[in-house]
Amino acid sequence: MDVDLSVRIGSLTLGNPIIAASGCFGYGVEYAGVVDLASLGAVAVKGLFLSEREGHPAPRIVETPAGMLNAIGLQGIGVRRFVDEKLPELRARGVTAIVNVCGTTLDEYVEVSRILSDADGVGAIELNISCPNIKAGGIQFGCSLEGTYGVVSAVRRVTRLPVIPKLTPNVTDVASFAHAAEDAGADAVSLVNTFLAMAIDVETRRPKLSNVVGGLSGPAIRPIAVRMVYECRQAIGIPIVGMGGIADARDALEFIIAGAAAVQIGTASFVDPCIWPRLLDGIRAYLSRHRIDRIADLVGTLDTRALDNEWISS
Amino acid sequence: MPIDVSAAVVSNRPLSADYNVVALAAPAIAAAAAPGQFVMVKAAPGLDPLLRRPFSVFEVLRDSGGAPSAVSILSKRIGRSTAQLYDLRPGDRVACLGPLGRPFALVDAGTEAWMVAGGVGLAPFMTLAETLRARGVAATLFYGARAAGELFYLDAFRSLGVDLVLSTEDGSRGERGRITAPLDRRLAARAAAAPVMLYACGPEGMLAATAKVAAAHGRPCQVSVERIMGCGLGGCYSCVIPVRGDDGRFHHVRSCIAGPVLMADRVRW
Ligand SMILES: Cc1cc2nc3c(=O)[nH]c(=O)nc-3n(C[C@H](O)[C@H](O)[C@H](O)COP(=O)(O)O)c2cc1C
Repeated sequence: MDVDLSVRIGSLTLGNPIIAASGCFGYGVEYAGVVDLASLGAVAVKGLFLSEREGHPAPRIVETPAGMLNAIGLQGIGVRRFVDEKLPELRARGVTAIVNVCGTTLDEYVEVSRILSDADGVGAIELNISCPNIKAGGIQFGCSLEGTYGVVSAVRRVTRLPVIPKLTPNVTDVASFAHAAEDAGADAVSLVNTFLAMAIDVETRRPKLSNVVGGLSGPAIRPIAVRMVYECRQAIGIPIVGMGGIADARDALEFIIAGAAAVQIGTASFVDPCIWPRLLDGIRAYLSRHRIDRIADLVGTLDTRALDNEWISS
Repeated sequence: MPIDVSAAVVSNRPLSADYNVVALAAPAIAAAAAPGQFVMVKAAPGLDPLLRRPFSVFEVLRDSGGAPSAVSILSKRIGRSTAQLYDLRPGDRVACLGPLGRPFALVDAGTEAWMVAGGVGLAPFMTLAETLRARGVAATLFYGARAAGELFYLDAFRSLGVDLVLSTEDGSRGERGRITAPLDRRLAARAAAAPVMLYACGPEGMLAATAKVAAAHGRPCQVSVERIMGCGLGGCYSCVIPVRGDDGRFHHVRSCIAGPVLMADRVRW
C-alpha cells in the first residue's frame, strides 16, 4: 500500500510532512552534497532580515543534557542576497523553500515579506516572531498578543504566500498566541522556537555563551513542545507545524498525533545529517502498520484515555 | 562530498593518560580526505553528550594492497566526548562524517613548509607532512607541548624526513617555553628571498602568536582553527570566526566550510 504523505498548508502542498528547521540547515544549499533536498517536504531556511547581520561572537552554542543552547544572533546575508544567490539554486533543485522572516520593526517584516513575494520560488513565509537571541524585534512581537496580531495581519496584507508565524514557547499560554495568529489571517502556525535558557561555567563564573543567555533545543524540550502543539490544536483550526527535539520517526508521530500537520527537525539533524530518509521510512511503516492511507488522517487523533499501566513501555 | 559512516574502531591506542589515537574503518573517507580536513565524530549513541565533535584527520591508513582503509584521529581527553573516545574498544561503532572543510593549500618543492603545532594541534600535520614530502617539499615541524610526555609521533615525522624543533613549557624536552620563540628566531635567520609557508594548528592563543610572528617576518601563514561546532556542514552558524573579507571588513565566517584552514593575516584573533 502506498501511503499519502502530502500535507496542505494554505495554498501550498508539501510532498511529505518532514521539514528542515530554520537556522539548523543554513540556506539549504550547504546540504546539497549530503541530502537529497527535493526529498524533504520543505526546507525552512535561516532567518533573514532586510540587510546582512553578523550575529553574536562565538561561543554561540553549548551542549546541555539531551540538548543544546544557541545564541547565534541571526547572522544572515539579508533577503536580497538570499533571493539573488540562494533561491535560484533551491528552485533548480526542486526544493520547497519556506523562508524564515525576521524584523526589528513591523515595517521590516513587511518589507522582507514583500521582497520574497515578488521573488520566484518561495513556498511560504515563516514569520520569526520568536527568536530569543536578539535585542530588538522578534520575540518582542511574539510575546504580546497585539504584537503577534499586528505583524501577522500586516504581512498578510502584502503577500499571497502562505504565512506561518513561528511561536515562542516563552509565554504562559501559547494557545492564545496561536489564536491571535489565526485571527490575523495566518495560514498555519509553527512551534516551538527555543526556550530561553542559560549555562554557567562554575570555575570561572562566566556564561558559556557570549550572549549570556540562549535558546534551548533538542530532545530535552520535546515533551513541552508536544504539550504546546496539543494545546494549540484545541484552540485553532489552521494547520500546525510542530517541532522541538524530534530525533526519530516516533517523535515525529507524537507531534502529528498531538495535532501537527507537519514537523520540523533541527538539532537532531546536527547529530545525524542523513536523518531524513529514516524519518520518512519510519512514518511510512507506521502508517501501513496501522492501515492509515493518508498522513492527514493521523493529525490530531490523540485518544485522550491514558495507556494502561502495563503497556507504558518508555 | 562528505560521507557519513558507522565506522568500526580498528584500534585505539593510548599515548598517555589523556591522549589516544583511534583508527576508524572508513575507506571512502580515507580515500577522499585531503590534509587539513576534518571529520565529525560521535563516539557513542545517546543524548548526553548529544552532538558530534570535530577532529582533524590524523592519519590515512592503508591496507596491505596500499588502498586507503581507515582514518585515525588524535584526541585529548578534556570532556565527556573525548572520554568516550579514550575508552573505545576495537569493534565499537563510531559515527563518522567526512571529509569536511577546506584543506591546506599545498606548496611546491621550491618553498619550505614549516608546520607549527601546539599540543593536540599536531593532528593535521601527519597527513600534511606525508603529502608535502611526497611532493619533494622540505618540511620542518615546530612542536610545542606542556611536557616531554606529551610530544608524540616524533619518529613518524622523522622517518618522513621532517626536521623537528621541539619545546616544552616545563623544559623537560627541547627548548623551555613557547614554540613561537624558536620559530621567530629561525624566521629571522632565514634569507628573505628563500620562500617559506607556515602552517599552524593549536590553541587559539598559540595561533594568534604564530600569526604575529609570521606577519613580523612577512611570511604567509595558514592556520587550522578549531571552534565549537554544531554540525560541521555550514548549517548552524555556531563555529564562526571573524575574518577580513575582500571588502576590507571583518565578517563572521563559518570555520567548518570557509575553514578550518584560514589565512592567518585575515583572522581577527
Ligand atoms: C543553532 C540554531 C539556530 C536556530 N536559528 C533559528 C532561526 O534562524 N529562525 C528560527 O525561527 N528558529 C531558529 N532556531 C530554532 C529551530 O528552528 C527550532 O525551532 C528549535 O531548535 C527546536 O527544534 P529542535 O529541537 O528540533 O532543534 C534555531 C535553532 C538552533 C539550534
